[in-house]
Amino acid sequence: MLQYTVRRVIGMIPILILISILLFSLAKMVPGDPFSGDPDPKIKRDVLERQRELWGLNDPIPVQYMSWASKMIKGDFGVSLRYKRPVSDLINERISNTLLLGSMSLFITLVIAIPFGIASGRRPYTLVDYSGTVFSNIGLAMPNFFMGLLLIYFLAIKLGMFPAQGTITSGADYTGFRLFLDKLHHLFLPALTIGTTGTATYFRYMRSEYLEVAGRDFIRTAKAKGLPERMVVYKHTLRNAMIPIITLLGFELANLVGGAIITEQIFAIPGLGRLFIESVGNRDYPIIMAVSMISAVAILVGNLLADILYSVVDPRIRYY
Amino acid sequence: MEVTLNQTNQPINPRKKRKSLGPWQLAFKKLLKNKTAVFGMAVLTFMVLVAIFAPFIATHDPEKSNLSMTNKPPSKEHYLGTDGSGRDAFSRLVYGARISLIIGFSAMVFTIVIGVTLGSISGYYGGIIDSIIMRLTDVMLNFPFLLFVLLIVSILKKVNMLIFVSVLALVSWPTITRLIRATFLSLREQEYIMSAQTLGLSDARIIFRHMLPNAMAPIIVNATLFMASMIITEAALSFIGFGIPQPAPSWGNMMSDALNVRVLRFQPWLWIPPGMAILLTVMSINFIGDGLRDALDPRFKKE
Repeated sequence: MLQYTVRRVIGMIPILILISILLFSLAKMVPGDPFSGDPDPKIKRDVLERQRELWGLNDPIPVQYMSWASKMIKGDFGVSLRYKRPVSDLINERISNTLLLGSMSLFITLVIAIPFGIASGRRPYTLVDYSGTVFSNIGLAMPNFFMGLLLIYFLAIKLGMFPAQGTITSGADYTGFRLFLDKLHHLFLPALTIGTTGTATYFRYMRSEYLEVAGRDFIRTAKAKGLPERMVVYKHTLRNAMIPIITLLGFELANLVGGAIITEQIFAIPGLGRLFIESVGNRDYPIIMAVSMISAVAILVGNLLADILYSVVDPRIRYY
Repeated sequence: MEVTLNQTNQPINPRKKRKSLGPWQLAFKKLLKNKTAVFGMAVLTFMVLVAIFAPFIATHDPEKSNLSMTNKPPSKEHYLGTDGSGRDAFSRLVYGARISLIIGFSAMVFTIVIGVTLGSISGYYGGIIDSIIMRLTDVMLNFPFLLFVLLIVSILKKVNMLIFVSVLALVSWPTITRLIRATFLSLREQEYIMSAQTLGLSDARIIFRHMLPNAMAPIIVNATLFMASMIITEAALSFIGFGIPQPAPSWGNMMSDALNVRVLRFQPWLWIPPGMAILLTVMSINFIGDGLRDALDPRFKKE
């Protein structure tokens, strides 16, 4: 197991290097730089040119790549061209919002999808099952941003149950636990938005896995030897039906940044996704590259986690 | 596979060829029995008809703004009111069907063409070509999809439909490639492929005549589901302003008005209809895809 993990981690390195090269070339292809466009006409040409020189924008591309890559390994993502502040500071300020949002949406997803999936699987072709299936079909077809707008319109504007935007109540200087609750209150709708597709997917998996496991011979044996229904459901069926669900959790991590881009935009949440879109608009490539690298790493780690979890929950699977 | 029997017990006319259904016809029959799939086909047909006959259905020019008629509520003249530039929202919704469906369909076709080509090469030849293509898919699949599209769209100065579709395809082929490769790897070991090779058939003939038809079922199912996700992606990107630029109407860019709190709050008729249109279209395509999966999989038997 350990050997397998180590091998996989080492295997990630070439992929990361390729991704960083691809990313760097893409970022360099973005037309213009922060000193082009419509600069203040009062600034002289040679001043701009000196600035370019200062920021290393005139160096050959491979030189720029090497200096970027070697700094990045040490955790230094450079300085934002727009904010004139270290990128790592900007990311540190925002990553907590994205992480909190991601974990909340995962929590909501699991709390809704698993019980309903089990209920549907236990009583297939009943009212519970049909309504679950209808909702999951809607959830799978629902564009994230439409869901977000609907939630804001109905729950925030019409009913006033939740705040429509932001992460904290402005003006109210909450501290400690109160601040945390306030954040949760603000992040509930966005988390629900992000969780919609996931909920529908997990529900489907849970239902079909449950149905499949419930039809196996060992379940019939368990029933035949007179085990109480509760034992059959929780100990024999669920344990086996949960296996694919747990492996999906790894992919959830992979989706952390990418999944939040549009939702953070709608709900005006200062997180990594919003920072990314802003930076694409500003052609602020230190930030663009840093956020992309972070999410690429998240995807790699997430996939690895999925594989490891798979063998942990299912002893039949062994990696060598 | 089911066997269709001649149940009418009539003497078989030797001159008339007895009609037995091929696998595709059988699958189609099965598909027609699937209620959700039929519902999906009906809705999709409706959307396609709307897209084709958009000029006859629309009441106004979808791109013409009228600054004296901005932000009007729904009326007899403007069924869904007008947007901030005084354009008729109903006409935009109708024309939006064109753009969304064309983009969804062509992005799907592009993706399938790239994916199937690379996947067949990779799966059939194996070796070094396979390794190169697979490492490429590794890199692409480990790159966050939306971030990638955003980055490329921002590099390009001007986005038109062809460029946009190419970008979508350029980013999404690896999933299809992986799938085709896996199918080909298992097909390659089958006896009939070996016999075709022994007969000395050319590689192209083996791939096109003998392998691809046998990989058709997963290709069709995934193509359908892909089209649905392409429509969502287009809408999402247009929504945040990185997709089809205004004034061309797409369901996604119509909804971007709702980023403005005033529109979101007081003019729900501007953003709910395009949202529902996306939802319905995507749902019906998903239904068709699920139906096709059940119909094309011989292992699947419905009680």
